[in-house]
Amino acid sequence: MGKVATREAYGQALAEFGEKYDIVVLDADLSKSTKTDTFKKKFPDRFFNTGIAEANMMSTAAGLATCGKIVFASSFAMFAAGRAFEQVRNSICYPNLNVKIGATHAGISVGEDGATHQCLEDIGLMRTIPNMVIINPADKAESILAVEAAIKHNGPVYLRFGRLAVPEIFDRETYNFEIGKGVEIAKGSDVSIIATGLMVPTALEAAEALTKEGISARVINMATIKPIDSNIIIKAAKETGAIVTAEEHNIIGGLGSAVAEVLCENFPVPMKRVGTKDVFGQSGKPAELFEIYGLTAENIVKNVKDVLKMK
Amino acid sequence: MDKQRITELKVIAANVRKDALTAVHAAASGHPGGSLSIADVLTILYFEVMNINPENPKDPDRDRFVLSKGHCAPALYGVLAERGYFPREDMATFRKTGSYLQGHPDMKSVPGIDMSSGSLGQGVCAANGMALAGKIDSKPYRVYTILGDGELEEGQVWEAAMYAPHYKLDNLTAFVDFNGLQIDGDIAEVMSPLPIDEKFAAFGWHVIVSDAHDFEALLSAINEAKATKGKPTVIILKSIKGKGVSFMENNAAWHGAAPNDEQFQQAMEELDQELDRLKKEA
Repeated sequence: MGKVATREAYGQALAEFGEKYDIVVLDADLSKSTKTDTFKKKFPDRFFNTGIAEANMMSTAAGLATCGKIVFASSFAMFAAGRAFEQVRNSICYPNLNVKIGATHAGISVGEDGATHQCLEDIGLMRTIPNMVIINPADKAESILAVEAAIKHNGPVYLRFGRLAVPEIFDRETYNFEIGKGVEIAKGSDVSIIATGLMVPTALEAAEALTKEGISARVINMATIKPIDSNIIIKAAKETGAIVTAEEHNIIGGLGSAVAEVLCENFPVPMKRVGTKDVFGQSGKPAELFEIYGLTAENIVKNVKDVLKMK
Repeated sequence: MDKQRITELKVIAANVRKDALTAVHAAASGHPGGSLSIADVLTILYFEVMNINPENPKDPDRDRFVLSKGHCAPALYGVLAERGYFPREDMATFRKTGSYLQGHPDMKSVPGIDMSSGSLGQGVCAANGMALAGKIDSKPYRVYTILGDGELEEGQVWEAAMYAPHYKLDNLTAFVDFNGLQIDGDIAEVMSPLPIDEKFAAFGWHVIVSDAHDFEALLSAINEAKATKGKPTVIILKSIKGKGVSFMENNAAWHGAAPNDEQFQQAMEELDQELDRLKKEA
């Protein structure tokens, strides 16, 4: 299978599900980048540009939702979760309205645009708001399935997509996506790597490398960050005794934090978090940035070895 | 509107003011000044203008109302209670633990509230969304929202001001409660949003200036808004903060302060005198 950016899959999904569901799509002057233009071309009567005004977009989305619309509001993660945080909290989540936030260009893989546009805080921000569901799909198939699951879910959903083309790892026809369920995608007994988003294929690569060194690593794809799948985490802790998380996000507030919370309260085992270490990014090619900030299979392998020493 | 109807509306508005003050006094907190300045416009909306049914508060075809200046919930709850959405006695539970009458409007808990609001600038955008939904579905309902004049300092208001004319939301009527005062004092001194009329006109709105406490003027302005096609209307309400209670009128100190027992008694007496006067008039 090839490589496709999850934002591309998002645009395709909107265009596809626009046939089946009465969805309305809003964008803040980034429709060519967020790929909502795919929907706009097909359903011009249900697409509304708000211009460069994300705060207004989120509150307008809320108003539309009070009238029974299923609304997708799209922008870059930085502006959707960051700039419009309070509108998301007060206009959308407090009244528990049916708004889906399609946030693209999340994470350091935005690349050349640099730190101002590399959102590494959005999961943390969204995770603290009651009623919010957060899905961070790993590939094209999972993105499409996540969009449909979000449509069917009654309430706010934050969907996190990336700019960079990423490997296709799931088959849409056979993959069973469910909000709130992690999925074991590689068996293992010595350690569990819990990964999300574009770190999922990286985690699989790390697990393969570890196999060659005689270390059996389980890999869990955690697409839903909230509500987090506590059962699969506790099971992994019990059966493998050590956990490494991997995410394209600050290690504060994201998947690593969510997993740590579950472990500490239920079944504490040694744990390490792979992610950006509470720093801002910089301009550069995504692959180079992954090296600099440790979002690589090599770094996951290193963290696995470190965590195994703590067992 | 005949004279008798105007008197009836004045009676309702005086009771809304009493309800609002009862709530704020019982809670020992809240926002009386701005609640009193919008009591008349809320009364005419809920008793004369809006197509609503307290028996069916979620009717998809109803007119919508968003209190963008959500801190004036006491007046909105008052008018909803007078209209029969919930018992007037419940006003005394306002802001108290366990009450459905939250400090700022909560659409999930209060019957008749169409949108949760309170964080300034957001309500008017939600009203845009409701008006847009009406356009998408070709529904005849209208959307009303009230902004504070101080609220106009929020940048998001001007995002909304740009948006509504762009999408020709002529089913939207926004009111600006232009009482000239915000918490920190005179709006012109804190951060002037003036001139309000020219700003909205420049953004493409139909602009009407009206006395906030004259029912005939209010109705005429609202009817003009209804008849205006192709653009939204803003009605700038020249209002008196604290209207109806002598010692609260035009005093910024009553923006967010509750009356003590003595002050509350005096306020209620003044409003009862107004009700007696209206009874004789009728």
